Amino acid sequence: MLRLSFETISQNLIVRLDGELDHHTAEEIRNEIDKEIDKNNSKNIIFDLSNMNFMDSSGIGVVIGRYKKVSKLGGQAAVVHMNSRIERIFKMSGLLNIVKKYENKKQAIERL
Amino acid sequence: MRIKNKRLKDYKGVSKLAAKNFMKLEFLSKSQNEAFARVVVASFASQLDPTIEELADIKTAVSEAVTNAIIHGYEGKLGTVKIECSINNDEIEIIVIDEGKGIEDIETARQPLYTSKPELERSGMGFTVMETFMDRVDIQSRKDEGTKIRMMKRFVSNQD
Repeated sequence: MLRLSFETISQNLIVRLDGELDHHTAEEIRNEIDKEIDKNNSKNIIFDLSNMNFMDSSGIGVVIGRYKKVSKLGGQAAVVHMNSRIERIFKMSGLLNIVKKYENKKQAIERL
Repeated sequence: MRIKNKRLKDYKGVSKLAAKNFMKLEFLSKSQNEAFARVVVASFASQLDPTIEELADIKTAVSEAVTNAIIHGYEGKLGTVKIECSINNDEIEIIVIDEGKGIEDIETARQPLYTSKPELERSGMGFTVMETFMDRVDIQSRKDEGTKIRMMKRFVSNQD
């Protein structure tokens, strides 16, 4: 189970992922996030992982895919509230070289 | 060293109970079952009294292996995924089996960031994740016959 919620602050789309991100849930949310980016004309995307209890490598694909989408129009991608376990998977794939990590969304919005 | 440890463990009721155990699980290759499979294996492993971290390692590795069977083995078609799980003292062995199309080049498939399905936004990190979170990962595969992924992990927390 994965619950998806959105918030827009200026041109930043904050995507909150509560639950488990695997291949199954990734398939469900991918298009929804893309639609939201298009609808709001979002420049940057910020993933809020405060309540993400599980993520496997399918999650890496979701983040890279969204990064590619926003970076085409000069935007950036960031993650906030990442726990050590998920950070390990991010680092393994080199994801933190392209996606920025911040403590919280306030910090992310200020620095993006 | 090992023998000495084993002898000490024999006096521990819990370890003795968990000394040998086995379970088998079979399910359709539907992505809904990825969460089901990792939770079942994790609860079977919990008799070894693992740390939260160790349980998460097992869940992640199982999720990767089952996802591979569904996406690459069966390529979205329906088939059966089998998991066989054995406990031997402080070690767990998890075997994930599909009868799908098989992996032609195992060496390449194991490479970090390699994926045969970039169009599906696959990261190519599946085997790397399995290898990082488990002590050992062996892959057996035959074209058009299927793939068997065997993973082993020793529970450090269970040793003293």
